[in-house]
Amino acid sequence: MNFGVIVFPGSNCDHDCIHVLSDVLGHKAIPVWHKETKLDGLDAIVLPGGFSYGDYLRTGAIARFSPVMGAVKEFAHDGGMVLGICNGFQILLEAGLLPGAMLRNRSLSFICKDVYVTVENAATPFTGRCQPGQVLKIPIAHADGNYYTDDVTLSQMKAAAQIVFRYCTPEGKVTPEANPNGSLDNIAGIRNAAGNVMGIMPHPERSAEEVLGNDDGRLIFLSMLDALQKAKLKAVLT
Amino acid sequence: MKAKIHVTLKPGILDPQGKAIQHALETLGFKSADNVRVGKYMELDLAEKDKAKAEAEVKAMCEKLLANTIIEEYRFELTS
Repeated sequence: MNFGVIVFPGSNCDHDCIHVLSDVLGHKAIPVWHKETKLDGLDAIVLPGGFSYGDYLRTGAIARFSPVMGAVKEFAHDGGMVLGICNGFQILLEAGLLPGAMLRNRSLSFICKDVYVTVENAATPFTGRCQPGQVLKIPIAHADGNYYTDDVTLSQMKAAAQIVFRYCTPEGKVTPEANPNGSLDNIAGIRNAAGNVMGIMPHPERSAEEVLGNDDGRLIFLSMLDALQKAKLKAVLT
Repeated sequence: MKAKIHVTLKPGILDPQGKAIQHALETLGFKSADNVRVGKYMELDLAEKDKAKAEAEVKAMCEKLLANTIIEEYRFELTS
């Protein structure tokens, strides 16, 4: 499969994503500079973590107007898979590809540590390899991960099973203490209504290799590959 | 024309920075300070001379970029 990893000025997890997709999982992953306006030949897009445009104004607020974002929107509207990790999630929110917004962490601190998330929805192209309620250990590294949306949107998201990951205890209990940043409803990852765009604050690319002591994050990339292969097969057969 | 723009979190949305500042004020003995809210202040010059047009332009800037209206509200004044 061919992955495009978007590189904004200030992205800093782009190489990690490319490494996991190519060196670890054996697929093709290329960097796509933010000034590109075409995403031809790509099967899926990853918006990596980092500090695009120095996080000026708001996280993701300036990156969303990068030339490439027009193409990313088009790609998403055509049903293409888009994964936003950390700053990539923040950019997808600012771009309106996912509902809600990020506030400063409740503690005001930049938090960099392993957290546990429970798989709230295992029937997505990003979580097909997971069991419902499975607990994954994945690290976070952010100052603005305090997810917020209004009550009406939250109930719509719940009804449409758009909440994909929630912060939990190592045993899988969703508690206030297990919430690292104050996120509404312990939300750690969400998808759009159509199901082809997902944003996640934890970094699966930092926990995708046994040699690093944790490969839980790998399940997300493997799920994406399953979904892409299934779609390709379907396209060939029809 | 100069635009002076204030962007703040909407009422009811948790403002951890405001809370931290309020706590610091209390520690310093300013017990009466309450509901501290932190926002952004931006200034910019506009070539537009017509006030109504300038207002529409700044409003568009706020809606599109300067504020995220899911969590923030904005107000501005124009001075010549």
